[in-house]
Amino acid sequence: MKNNRRDFLKNMLLTSGGLVIGFNSLGNSTAEIISLDNLKDELLSNAFLTINSNNVITIFSPNPEIGQGIKTAFAVIVAEELDVDWEKVVVEQADLDIKRFERQLTGGSGAIKHSWERLRKAGATGRYALIAAAAKKWNVSATTLKTDKGFVINGKGEKLSYGELVNDAVLVEIPKDIPLKSNKEFKLIGQTIKSVDNKTVLTGKAKYGMDYKQAGMLYAQIVRPQGFGQTLKSFDATEAKKIDGVIDVISFKDKVAIIGKSNWPIMKARKVLTINWTNTKELESDTKHNQIFTDMMKNGPFEVRRKDGDIEKAFAEAHKIIEAEYQCPFLSHSPMEPMNFFADVKKDSVKLVGPTQTPQSAQNQVAKLLNIPVENITVELTKMGGGFGRRLNNDYALEAAEVSSLIKAPVKLMWTREDDMSGGIYRPAVRYKFKASIDKAGNVTGFALKGVGLNAGNSTRQDNFPVGAIDNVLVESADYKSDITTGPWRAPITNFLAYAEQAFIDEIAFAAGKDPVKLRLELLKKAIEKPVGKITYEPLRFEKVITTVAERAKWGSAKKGLHQGFSVYFSHNSYVAQIAEVEMKKGKPTLKKVFAVTDCGIVINQSGARNQIYGAIVDGLGHAMYGNLNFENGAPKQTNFDQYRLIRFNEVPEIDAYFVDNGIDPTGLGEPALPPTGGALANAIFKATGKRLYKQPFAQEDEKVAEIL
Amino acid sequence: MSEYSLSINGKKLKVDVSEDTPLLWVLRDTLDLTGTKYGCGMAQCGACTIHIDGMPTRSCVTPVTLAIGKEITTIEGLSENGDHPVQQAWDTLDVPQCGFCQSGQMMTAAALLKENPNPDEEVISMAMSAHICRCGTYHRINEAVKLAAKLQKR
Repeated sequence: MKNNRRDFLKNMLLTSGGLVIGFNSLGNSTAEIISLDNLKDELLSNAFLTINSNNVITIFSPNPEIGQGIKTAFAVIVAEELDVDWEKVVVEQADLDIKRFERQLTGGSGAIKHSWERLRKAGATGRYALIAAAAKKWNVSATTLKTDKGFVINGKGEKLSYGELVNDAVLVEIPKDIPLKSNKEFKLIGQTIKSVDNKTVLTGKAKYGMDYKQAGMLYAQIVRPQGFGQTLKSFDATEAKKIDGVIDVISFKDKVAIIGKSNWPIMKARKVLTINWTNTKELESDTKHNQIFTDMMKNGPFEVRRKDGDIEKAFAEAHKIIEAEYQCPFLSHSPMEPMNFFADVKKDSVKLVGPTQTPQSAQNQVAKLLNIPVENITVELTKMGGGFGRRLNNDYALEAAEVSSLIKAPVKLMWTREDDMSGGIYRPAVRYKFKASIDKAGNVTGFALKGVGLNAGNSTRQDNFPVGAIDNVLVESADYKSDITTGPWRAPITNFLAYAEQAFIDEIAFAAGKDPVKLRLELLKKAIEKPVGKITYEPLRFEKVITTVAERAKWGSAKKGLHQGFSVYFSHNSYVAQIAEVEMKKGKPTLKKVFAVTDCGIVINQSGARNQIYGAIVDGLGHAMYGNLNFENGAPKQTNFDQYRLIRFNEVPEIDAYFVDNGIDPTGLGEPALPPTGGALANAIFKATGKRLYKQPFAQEDEKVAEIL
Repeated sequence: MSEYSLSINGKKLKVDVSEDTPLLWVLRDTLDLTGTKYGCGMAQCGACTIHIDGMPTRSCVTPVTLAIGKEITTIEGLSENGDHPVQQAWDTLDVPQCGFCQSGQMMTAAALLKENPNPDEEVISMAMSAHICRCGTYHRINEAVKLAAKLQKR
């Protein structure tokens, strides 16, 4: 496919002429414009954009698309500076080439922030060269010309299409500092733009990893140890191999792989496959995890993440001490498309095709696994049925490569939903213990946080609010090395920490007799006027989202019977404040509405941005209410959607999404609206019922709120 | 293995599969109609929804033998040019995020609107709550079903 695309592009350009714009090497911030004569084959699939003389403008999006809308947003930025007719732009997913694209990964909501300037320069370079070419043709100064929708226009109103100019544009010398548009000149950025993939998605033609096929390809599924901490003892595949369509059953690394002509025979074979597993040690369970948490919260060992002032003194001199402990379980990512990957391992080359948020890592890991040079491994990016962080880990791509290598055939590995839910790489289970002190005037004088996680790494964010706004602070974390594998889950750590922290700050406010919004504003005032130590957030931007959401939701003057809960969080360089509204109906709390005010700088695409806000809030609500994996004998009890409850259509509240568009360079949106949601909900529940919720999922913690959604 | 004759999207097709094979895998692995998605395999998520004689059906739990002599419609056959009112509405309102669940969502919406051209909030909610969208596009799905109902009348 990769070669086909290359050939297609090359033929298109060779037959009609054209130009290619790309960045030649790492660290080179000037875009290059390449003529056909100098066209190197490898540049074709790596350029940000190509324009041919038939006016076909193709923009390549290098980053993996998991539903966050990056493919559309990237193209919008390039098209804005190039000044083309959006309706005529073709957008293609670029394959892996890290040398040219620098950062081809989806994680940390970082793509827009990272590539903003580069994408603009790519587009602006094209526009500059096309204007210069037209100026030469008309024999006028470039400053007298303007562009619109793919045309250069002169003072007399005469037009030349970009296609007519490309062959001259390639001769133009590109200056180092390409002028970029001012925000006021934006025509596309900030508009409501539909996803470029709608047409293929809505007709069933979009090819997700699971849909990829190649002639001669075999199918594979893998049976992994039933519990984390088990090893493979033996297996008997006699019956399994009798099933029509099953080709072979092999084992590697404590796994048993069934190879077949299609998925169904393999699924049947799994049922008659006899496997004996060995317990090499005590298998983990909820009971054991509870013991570990209790023990480590008491005894550590803790690592000090941040220390400001003298916390012991603050506690000793306190007028009041507030303490609370918050708990969250392991969670499955459960993207709608389960893990899968295609691999075709040859003697000294590998072709990989599939859904991954980190294609470069897949390439490197497969190179290491099979001892094949990295440059002989290609990775094609498919469309992905969600990711939520799960596809940052390439375990399934490695499995596909290993199976292909063992059976010496191209193979597509598929995980069933049960494999996906029981196969690990979960959101880690974490507990937090907060302690705060207030003086007689209700000022917060001390703040201590202890985080204990199971494979969570540093479960705190020690430089984030309210740190920096309080004189005496101690932040510590402890981590237990569990057999249960974990990984980043949409807004890693903060997906739970934000809820715990925002609920605790609410507790502080009530203990101090202060309005929760006013307390945050007071703390931020301190962070603005006299910050304590290093802070990662900008207090003024924080303040703005808080005051804006309070205005929009009429905080403090909500109508009778409406209970509002407030929460605000800074993550992944964006600021989101939320207010949840709970109404009591026949003695039962119901979530009616969530207000969200977001500062992610410039909003590139209103439609995509809103989708991310709605989605993140729905995600945050659903997992706070229902998300839970319970462990017994080293395995999760929940293995499919009949037991692992996800939020559904009838459970979503009205959402008011508002953006503080302040013209600041844009930051990411895939994650930031999720962290504050759990806190807003918990604080609204407290207002409505008088009960604090310390443990997720809320539906299991308190039956009164089980049907709040 | 046995040979079965199926009518899919208006075409007669022959497949050679075992009798217990769910239609989902016949469509995806045998016939390369990959617009119908696998999500759970137990009729929980709705990603595999197709029409059998116009009825929305979970293809992951429907053996191929149950579809013999019936008309099967998949997302690829929902309309000739991708312009079924549901598809138009889904596009206009920019519903999909990752898009994986949307063919199933649209098949249910299309069947609902055929049966009930003026569904109220409750009816829409009942039908669409049988699906899971992990990206959380429910607000726009709701709007899109209503828009599709309007478009259908034109």
